Amino acid sequence: MSPDDTSPARRDFLRKSLTLIPAAALAGQAASGAAAAAPGHGAAAARDYQPTFFTPEEWAFLRAGVARLIPADERGPGALEAGVPEYIDRQMATPYASGSQWYMHGPFNPDAPKTMGYQLRLAPREIYRLGIRDAEAWSRKQHGKPFATLDAATQDALLAQFEQGEAQFEGVPSKVFFALLLGNTREGFFCDPVHGGNQGMVGWTLIGFPGARADFMDWVERDERYPFPPVSIRGERA
Amino acid sequence: MAKTMKKVDAVIVGFGWTGAIMAKELTEAGLNVVALERGPMRDTYPDGSYPQTIDELTYNIRKKLFMDVSRETVTVRNTTADGALPMRQLAAFLPGTGVGGAGLHWSGVHFRVDPVELRLRSHYEERYGKKFIPEGMTIQDFGVSYEELEPHFDFAEKVFGTSGTAWSIKGKVVGEGKGGNPFAADRSDDFPLEAQKNSVSGTLFGKAAEAVGYHPYNMPSANTSGPYTNPYGCQMGPCNFCGFCSGYACYMYSKASPNVNVLPALRQEPKFELRANAHVLKVNLASDGKRATGVTYVDAQGQEVVQPAELVILGAFQFNNVRLLLLSGIGKPYDPVSGKGTVGKNFAYQNLATIKAFFGKDQHHTNPFIGAGGNGVAIDDFNGDNFDHGPAGFVGGSPMWVNQAGTKPISGLAVPPGTPAWGSAWKAAAADYYTHHLSMDMHGAHQSYRDNYLDLDPNYKDAFGMPLLRMTFDWKENDIKMSRFMVDKMRKIAEAMNPKAIGVYAKDFGSHFDLSSYQTTHLNGGAIMGTDPSTSAINRYLQSWDVPNVFVLGASAFPQGLGYNPTGLVAALAYWSAKAIREQYLKHPGALVQA
Ligand SMILES: Cc1cc2nc3c(=O)[nH]c(=O)nc-3n(C[C@H](O)[C@H](O)[C@H](O)COP(=O)(O)OP(=O)(O)OC[C@H]3O[C@@H](n4cnc5c(N)ncnc54)[C@H](O)[C@@H]3O)c2cc1C
Ligand code: SF4
Repeated sequence: MSPDDTSPARRDFLRKSLTLIPAAALAGQAASGAAAAAPGHGAAAARDYQPTFFTPEEWAFLRAGVARLIPADERGPGALEAGVPEYIDRQMATPYASGSQWYMHGPFNPDAPKTMGYQLRLAPREIYRLGIRDAEAWSRKQHGKPFATLDAATQDALLAQFEQGEAQFEGVPSKVFFALLLGNTREGFFCDPVHGGNQGMVGWTLIGFPGARADFMDWVERDERYPFPPVSIRGERA
Repeated sequence: MAKTMKKVDAVIVGFGWTGAIMAKELTEAGLNVVALERGPMRDTYPDGSYPQTIDELTYNIRKKLFMDVSRETVTVRNTTADGALPMRQLAAFLPGTGVGGAGLHWSGVHFRVDPVELRLRSHYEERYGKKFIPEGMTIQDFGVSYEELEPHFDFAEKVFGTSGTAWSIKGKVVGEGKGGNPFAADRSDDFPLEAQKNSVSGTLFGKAAEAVGYHPYNMPSANTSGPYTNPYGCQMGPCNFCGFCSGYACYMYSKASPNVNVLPALRQEPKFELRANAHVLKVNLASDGKRATGVTYVDAQGQEVVQPAELVILGAFQFNNVRLLLLSGIGKPYDPVSGKGTVGKNFAYQNLATIKAFFGKDQHHTNPFIGAGGNGVAIDDFNGDNFDHGPAGFVGGSPMWVNQAGTKPISGLAVPPGTPAWGSAWKAAAADYYTHHLSMDMHGAHQSYRDNYLDLDPNYKDAFGMPLLRMTFDWKENDIKMSRFMVDKMRKIAEAMNPKAIGVYAKDFGSHFDLSSYQTTHLNGGAIMGTDPSTSAINRYLQSWDVPNVFVLGASAFPQGLGYNPTGLVAALAYWSAKAIREQYLKHPGALVQA
């Protein structure tokens, strides 16, 4: 009996390993495999974007916050330049953000130890809404100004208070809010650009991750720097 | 009113590894077989097609292929004195759903078993004395030997297209100096494929382990080192170390899965039918409770359907099997106070610890994005009972390895200990170390205890209104002792690599089971096999002692956890059970072992 070949792609994969690069990347592919241009100061800003979930005030907080979590510095662009705010806003329209991928039936026990995993009834959309409100209130209480208008050192000190649970929040524990913000920021910095973040693949370029290349037959045994720049699912090349 | 389907010879609950293996075996035996899978239809195309599958956010982070916990989860508590809470998000373990089960998105580390672990209690009592086994530790023998299972390990490797290096074949050493494992049990035949190439990290680990005096070997992987056609005529192409392996469907047809290695053959089989989106609620029993008459499931439209069958096979994964037994009233539920009853007893896990080594940028380029799920270099010097446990004072062993499966930036970016979690310092460390670090694990056998067990939760329900399964589980002193011992040994290997920094991620005394961070999806026990119906739920052929036309496959049968990954033994036991059904049960339906 012969195995079925229902998948049109199947036969191509059998017998040899193909060098796979998304089609659009091939067009601009230099044979040399030169290193990616070093990103640095003056790297392009993220594209313009109008949020659909976040209000203008929330958006200002979000932009300022992610810019401190992964700052632009001498190592290259940061979260803001990578389009992390756009990524997070776009995520708010997914099932993840409404908590519909989580088991959300009560009774809830928000005081459970951390080892029991997430035990709040709040979904990411609510955590942002309540968390940014409380973060702004805390910022005004401490410094009399909105978060986004403070200098970087003061912003960092506030973020550290959120992280440690030292800030008093009403609607959501500040640690929970901070953990969500940091997690989503890293996601937006390192995800495939198809999700709106990691624009220009700046996150991947920073650390040397090759993105969607996904074919290392000739590289697995080499203790050398991998020389090819990242490619994305859509075939962009950094 | 439930709709009733035409009766079949066998109904299989779940279409992962065990369901697929049993479906193939039973159709070969001429039976009409229906497999019911709760999740959707899945296959390489479209679920693993390039480039869409190369998407860490969708797969590792949003967990697209795993069990949908919004509909069905488990509850967890550490002791009987605590209230159990539901696992609201996936994290500690990542069970599968959909056609292929976890077998579609597993990693592919494909071991056999250390023969000692099949008769663990007897072995420890013989070598160290009865008193050596701590009070409350309820380890047992499996009731089947390595020699009995060997042909099935061999066949499973041929079906999976496993790559590896044999140590000895029929008593003749063939793998010395070639990457064979001197501690491995003897084999009747070689691996179907030679071992894969080793990653830089794997090679570094091997050299360091050797320098410290241990015996590195190539890990057996169900990721192909070359093109392969299995005994069912299913074809595989060579793995290219794409690194999007664990948690993904393989786009290269290189990782063994029920979908690639079994389903293409079953599709040719008119006696086989696969129904996806068919969630089984329970096994139906005849009024005397001694025979199963079939199962009831809910189809995609939400309609209840009765599927009558002569034979019921549970292949729904470890804890789902246990839950189905409890919901159906098959076997006596385990009571941790009296120690009586068997269903839910001996729930065990894995005892994992990790060390990461961080190198200078001119030292090594480990390129951790390169990798394959089952690929690596390991040592067994501390696995099984390969060393004297007397002075060590704990039960259990652990392989140690570098298993570089593809480390991706959102889920796997590591920075040296002491680095802040954000800001410029974090960013600099991420940039400096990502391509210059490696990760090694002690995989760790986990033992069973009187009060680590499974039952039905009294409060929380699934989307169909049925009680969730409750896990009562925590780490015990023996587990921590072993973890500390192994971490100590592994640290010496890490130090021999001369890294700039080392990070150790291990449990300590007082550590509780942590639902919020991933360990492995190697859950064991709850419907354990054995030779005595008062201490096991199923006999040595995986047949229910109580309802003999029900067979329960999977790691639910393990009386305790293994040092190795479970699927090699899970698959071998499925073939062993199938052989008993084909050669004995079908001729004389009834109990294969007299209680
Ligand atoms: C990310 C990951 C990596 C892994 N890596 C390895 C590895 O490297 N090596 C190793 O040895 N093991 C590994 N494992 C474990 C391995 O996947 C399992 O041991 C193996 O798949 C078990 O086979 P099974 O048939 O028991 O369960 P599964 O393959 O999970 O199949 C069970 C099926 O039953 C279905 N089901 C459940 N309940 C019902 C119901 N009520 N009605 C209908 N259907 C139902 C499920 O949806 C599922 O499809 C890994 C697991 C995961 C998640
Ligand atoms: S690493 Fe190999 S086996 Fe794993 S998904 Fe990639 S090609 Fe397939």
